[in-house]
Amino acid sequence: MKGMTVIVKKTTQLIAGMVFLYGMYVIVHGHLTPGGGFAGGVIMAGSFILLILAFGSDFMHLTKEESGTTMYENLATLVVIFLAASGLLLGTRIFFLNWFPKGTLGQLVSAGMLPLYNVFVGIEVASSILTIFLALVIFKEEISE
Amino acid sequence: MEIAISIITVLMIIGALYAIHARDLLSAVIACGIVGYGLVICFLLLKAPDLAIVQIVVETITLIIMVAVVLDSSREEKFSKPDGQGYISIITSILLIVVLFYFFKLSVETLDAFGSGSLRMAAPYIEGATDKTGSANLVTGVVFDFRGYDTMGEATVLVTAVLGVLTILRIKGKK
Repeated sequence: MKGMTVIVKKTTQLIAGMVFLYGMYVIVHGHLTPGGGFAGGVIMAGSFILLILAFGSDFMHLTKEESGTTMYENLATLVVIFLAASGLLLGTRIFFLNWFPKGTLGQLVSAGMLPLYNVFVGIEVASSILTIFLALVIFKEEISE
Repeated sequence: MEIAISIITVLMIIGALYAIHARDLLSAVIACGIVGYGLVICFLLLKAPDLAIVQIVVETITLIIMVAVVLDSSREEKFSKPDGQGYISIITSILLIVVLFYFFKLSVETLDAFGSGSLRMAAPYIEGATDKTGSANLVTGVVFDFRGYDTMGEATVLVTAVLGVLTILRIKGKK
């Protein structure tokens, strides 16, 4: 895949970091404002997709990146399941027990374990969307070789 | 608000019908975008910003991927006249539309007015959620606390989809 023109490349250089940060903001503030793990994860994946589309896969030398992203995705899913099951270690028999201290309503660190779920589901969604896109790009390069 | 949502819904239906019948596949993809972005405006009018954010981002990324696929392969659609089986499926779909519309009309008469009243299950969620979960955003409280199983299922579905993509699309074997 070839890259695009200089204008697109420069604008992408300016914007991609902002898009990534905005995705992180949506994930971290998921328990306060609209948004959350799913929306923020897709925004974070969008910043990488923007970079790949603007600069082209020739420039990025994409060869085996999809194995790395799929590892992050599986690890994040494992952490989510472990967090959900962690209530069982305390002796209760409730799956998805919110056993962290709740904190005050409206603070950034509050709501117990919900921010942690948001963060790890966000990582999982971002890396899985990116894995699908990278698989479409990389496997097509392998065919055309 | 009902009028605005009705207009947007009609636009979405027109976009979907155009997407089926367009000869140029690129314009069909863009007409699919009408459906997605119209749904975004519907969600915003119905005061569901969480859904609207997810819908607008996912719609944009799928549109980008579909445009990339169309630009990379052919833009012409192979069109064939309906044969015997085609006519049978046309008749079946028209019958289905009539039956569904009849039951839709029956069920609409028993529902409350649009936007008023809520389901019996929703009331305990809405009243006690902030104290029980400590989350200012009620949707996150419901999604990750009351309905945690659903969210875990969604995450697992995504993982399974990625596994399927990686398995099916790979042409060369791993060395």
